[in-house]
Formats: sequence, C-alpha cells, structure tokens
Amino acid sequence: MTRKPQVNVGVVIVSHSSKVAEGAADMVRQMVGEAVPLAFTGGNADGGLGTDVAAILAAIDRAWTPAGVVILVDLGGAETNSEMAVEMLDEARRGRVSVCNAPIVEGAVIAATEASGGSPLEMVKRMAEELSPQ
Amino acid sequence: MDEAVRKRLIEAMARTVIAHADELTELDRQIGDGDHGLNMKRGFEAVLEALPATAAKPLPEALKGLGTTLVMKVGGASGPLYGTFFLALGKTIPDAPTATTLAGAFAAAVEAVKARGKSQAGQKTMLDVLVPVAAVLSAGGADLGPRVRAEALAAAEATIPMKAMRGRASFLGERSIGHPDPGARSSALMIVAVCDAIGA
Repeated sequence: MTRKPQVNVGVVIVSHSSKVAEGAADMVRQMVGEAVPLAFTGGNADGGLGTDVAAILAAIDRAWTPAGVVILVDLGGAETNSEMAVEMLDEARRGRVSVCNAPIVEGAVIAATEASGGSPLEMVKRMAEELSPQ
Repeated sequence: MDEAVRKRLIEAMARTVIAHADELTELDRQIGDGDHGLNMKRGFEAVLEALPATAAKPLPEALKGLGTTLVMKVGGASGPLYGTFFLALGKTIPDAPTATTLAGAFAAAVEAVKARGKSQAGQKTMLDVLVPVAAVLSAGGADLGPRVRAEALAAAEATIPMKAMRGRASFLGERSIGHPDPGARSSALMIVAVCDAIGA
C-alpha cells in the first residue's frame, strides 16, 4: 500500500513562553499524532519571555505543507510578530499562512483535529476562530 | 544626505533608547509586562552593531535596514511596530528629504503602524505621539524642530489620563489610567533625539 502524500494543513504554535508552546504542542500531538505537521516556538532571541520573528519563520518552515499553515498565538506581541513573519514569507507561501484569532491551546487542538481530517486552510482557521467571541 | 548625518541620526535614537531602558521598563512594569526597555535595548544594541553597514547606504535603504533589525531583534510587539514604522518610512522618503517629503513619508509610516497594530490615536499607544507629531510636520512652518520636540513630549505626557485599549495594558482597564504609555514615551524620546541630532 502506498502512503498518501502529506497534504494536511500544518499548525504552528507561537507563545511568549517556550514551555507554553511546547505544552500546547504536546496536547496537539496527543490528539492527532503525526497526522498534522506541527511546529512550536516560544521566547525571545535571548531565551526570555517574548517572541522572535526569525524563530517564527523557522517554525512555519518546519510545519509547511502545500495545503498551508495556521498559526496560533497567545498575547499581542506573538500576534504582531507572527503577522510580520507572514509578510516576510515569499509570495508563494504568504497567501497560504494564516494567523488565527483563537485561544492558543484550544485553538491549536481544534485546528489540528480539523486539519487531520484533510480540511482546507480556510476551514481549519474558521473552526479555531469559532472559539473566540466575535 | 551624507553618511555622517545618517550615522548620527540612527546612533542618536539608539543611544537615547539604551540610556532610558530602565525608565521604559519601569513604565512598562506599571501597566504592561515590564519588558519594553529591555526589548528596545536589545534591538537598538543590534542596530548599533550594524550601524557602519547601515549608515553606508542611502537613507531609504538605511531606514529599511534599521526597521529589519528592530523586527528581528526586539522580541516584543514594539519590534514589528517600530520596525514597520522605519520600513514604511524608508519606502517613501527620498535620500535628501525636505520638510515636505519628510512630512509625507512620516505620515505614511504612521499609517503603516496603525495597520500593523490595528490601532489608532486615543488608545494609549505610541500612536498618541506619532499622530500629533505627523500633524505638526504636515502643517510645516517656522521653528518646526522645537515644535515637533514640544509636541512629542507633551503628547507622551497626555497618555497619562488615557485608558489603554490595545496591548497588554488594556487588560488593566481603568487601572491603566494614571500612567504614561511606555511606547508613547519611547517614541517621544526617539523624536527628540533626532531633533537634537540634526540641530532642529
């Protein structure tokens, strides 16, 4: 039997804290195993609390699939830095990476569950964002 | 604009941010996560390291280089916000700006910050300094330097009675009232440093 090529949307978790990012990623893995490309990053370039655009770009690269990538973030700087990172991607990828307005842990787990079923990027994002009051 | 002036401008901003890092961190401790000074210091130390190469380029490229360094090194929301400001400024400004072309480029950069931060004036952010300074620049006229300087400092002070609507400070609601906004303060410091550096 030939293995189906990986076409599921990838998930990137961006927290101010590497422990939060790693813990959220553990919860995603428990739910979907290896079915979804997953990467996480937390902390600034000095290893303190914060976020790092270069590390976010690297995480997008690790979770990249042609189906695209959703990014789950915690607080303001994580969102702003993630949006900045998306703009710095080459044009081919930029339109396929989306920052979700959703709580980081719940959003990551729901997005990954949706992605594991093969849903397209827009649907994965929408499911995660349904967690946020509009 | 010659290389020595570019170097002086960028260095003046970096030195003032680094010199005021503790003050900025203390302001951020009051209403935020207490890292603004540290983050800005990290970013501007990287700016100083890159300064010889940055200042060697024409003004638009030098400003884009400055913006990119801040985006990559600051590590908080202020990185992409200030980074976006300088990237947008570099995109619009000519190598030898006049008061008019500076005002236009500054206004474009302020619009880019609004878009990046999904914010506007009145929400207790750096925009509460940048927007009124852009207005002074656009109005032009005599004694522009002293008026820009005075506006920047007064506008930062004017954030004290404001209630934060964006960023970590907004979680405090009414309790954010009574403290100056750290980003407004760092913006004012940099604007004053630039005025000093060009003797305006």
